[in-house]
Amino acid sequence: MSNYAITVANIGKQYRIFSEVNKYTTLREKIVEVVRSPIKTLFNPTGTETFWALRHIDFDVEKGMVLGVIGKNGAGKSTLLKILSRVVEPTEGKADIRGRVGSLLEVGTGFHPELTGRENVFLNGAILGMKKSEIQSKFDEIVAFSEIGQFIDTPVKRYSSGMYMRLAFAVSAHLEPEILIVDEVLAVGDAEFQKKCLGKMSDVAGEGRTVLFVSHNMSAVTRLTKECIILEHGKMLMRASSQEAVDYYLSHDYEKGGERRWKAADIGEEAKPFRPVAMRIINKQKQVTDTIRSIDPMYIEVEYELDAPITGLRVGVYLMSMRGEFVFTSFDTDDPEEYNRLTQRKAGRYISRVRIPADMLNEGRFVVGMNASVFRVKRYFHDANAVVFTVNPAGAPGMQWAESRQGVTRPRLDWQIEEK
Amino acid sequence: MKEKTLEGSRLPELVTIKPVKGWVPLNLKDLWHYRELIYFLTWRDLKVRYKQSVLGVLWAILKPFMNMVVFTIFFGELAKIPSDGIPYPIFSYTGLLPWIFFASALEVSARSMLHSGSMVSKIYFPRIIVPLASVFANLVDFAISFIILIGMMIVYKIIPTANIFWLPVFLLLAMIAAIGVGLWFSALLVMYRDVNYLLPFITEIWKFVSPVVYSATMIPEKWQWLYSLNPMAGVVSGFRWALLGKPETISFPSIAISGVISLIIFISGLYFFRRMERVFADMI
Repeated sequence: MSNYAITVANIGKQYRIFSEVNKYTTLREKIVEVVRSPIKTLFNPTGTETFWALRHIDFDVEKGMVLGVIGKNGAGKSTLLKILSRVVEPTEGKADIRGRVGSLLEVGTGFHPELTGRENVFLNGAILGMKKSEIQSKFDEIVAFSEIGQFIDTPVKRYSSGMYMRLAFAVSAHLEPEILIVDEVLAVGDAEFQKKCLGKMSDVAGEGRTVLFVSHNMSAVTRLTKECIILEHGKMLMRASSQEAVDYYLSHDYEKGGERRWKAADIGEEAKPFRPVAMRIINKQKQVTDTIRSIDPMYIEVEYELDAPITGLRVGVYLMSMRGEFVFTSFDTDDPEEYNRLTQRKAGRYISRVRIPADMLNEGRFVVGMNASVFRVKRYFHDANAVVFTVNPAGAPGMQWAESRQGVTRPRLDWQIEEK
Repeated sequence: MKEKTLEGSRLPELVTIKPVKGWVPLNLKDLWHYRELIYFLTWRDLKVRYKQSVLGVLWAILKPFMNMVVFTIFFGELAKIPSDGIPYPIFSYTGLLPWIFFASALEVSARSMLHSGSMVSKIYFPRIIVPLASVFANLVDFAISFIILIGMMIVYKIIPTANIFWLPVFLLLAMIAAIGVGLWFSALLVMYRDVNYLLPFITEIWKFVSPVVYSATMIPEKWQWLYSLNPMAGVVSGFRWALLGKPETISFPSIAISGVISLIIFISGLYFFRRMERVFADMI
């Protein structure tokens, strides 16, 4: 009996690159192709460009271990999880899995809006590989965990998205697999429910089951895992203790010092003629920094070049918490007058700068994403995690109490206390 | 007790994931493990279908019934197509029952893989369950429309003979053919989306090369073998024969040919689907 729950040996996954317009081949095209050049098509059936989403991945996970997997978007985390949960087949290499795999990447898979909560629990359970008897015996537990209560017999199309997620998570969480794969689900739901999910995960780990935990929530990663692997561009960068890995990730993955400069390799062909140069976090003193005081205003600026004029361009930022919750999205031409003035943006170098008012963000780490697009026409460039910065709450409202406040914002609000 | 139910459902202790090339075994063990999923998906398809449409159950009856009315007027009364001495309405209805079952099972199962894209791209289960479940869901429609047939047989005072015991055999053949063709098409449809537009043409033409509106006895003797290569030729004639019991309307060699062809399509469909299923998640 091997002591490893998962053994991954030299796994690789190759994908073909499809351009957006040509995502699917059609039978008609295929026939035309075969008729035109029968020999070429038969011996080189793909003819398209390929890339490795994942390559030379080697690691093993001992039974009962919680292993974190961290990496930027596109690093190959999802591909790895999909291979391990047998959704996609690797192109090369081999993985041994010992025990039932349950993954929380598919919360709510197969949920049908017309069916009631109860019906969906059974259906979803069956899709996850549970027996009817097994679902029946856990049904009450699932409903209790989801806090759906009497709505269990209501069609899920009438559920709020929170209720929907809670029920979906509850089913997955009660699968009791020997190996649990968790991917980012904790980004959904309110803080209270997230806590519950994290609790459930540590329970699972505590029961001696194996967990693979993929997240952008670095505090959760350090709390729940002892070891992590870091993926970058489809390769395994390192395996280390979680604290070490998270430190490495935070300092290397995002550029240091509140500035991100895009290299030519980061910019795809589709971005043309838009050329992003840099994004910066700037404090009240007009210095580039990665730490901002919550009581001061701050600026986020995007520097970019246009090699040719673009009509209707908007350059914007997303602000996200480290948990992946969106705080806001804002574009430089949100103001209709500004939009009309800049209907056509001429070729040249630009800086779009936005001021974030004081007393807005709560303490913690935030991720800034960038997007340059023309509404409903084209997305030129997108980087979901361009820069990270930390908000220091010194002097923020309520600091007389040494407690951490729930929520991503920490506004200074007007309170009136009336005595009657 | 809970542990026990878990034990019973356990998959093989060790699963090895590696790229597989070429033709692969069918993996019936996994299919058996997930057998309850077939039931749940069938049940979901039915529930959703009958919940969403106002006509609901009536729809299952209306389709063959309206077809029968139109066929009786145009083919029976106006074109006077011979119907082996059987009243044309019941003649066409007995043909329409297996035909509509086959055609809708085929169309629904062919599209099922695409419609279940979100499931397929997120979670592992034997993919074949999806098209299988959609064929089974159509069985219920078949059963409902069968009620009308019983009514018609009473009206036309047709007493079933011992041939009726053959009915399940022909229904099974229709299912095998529908699953087989459905598997081929569902896999093809994932790869080539334009097959979707081809599908209605195929079923339409297929209907007229099957003895639905006319009798197979109209086909000249020397072409009977060729005609029987269509698996539905045997099924539809057999159905009619089993229900209405006219011995001269059936030729067993033709039925045998149709049966063998159905089996070939079914088995090749299983293997083709199995070969293709490992790239489905990449393509959907």
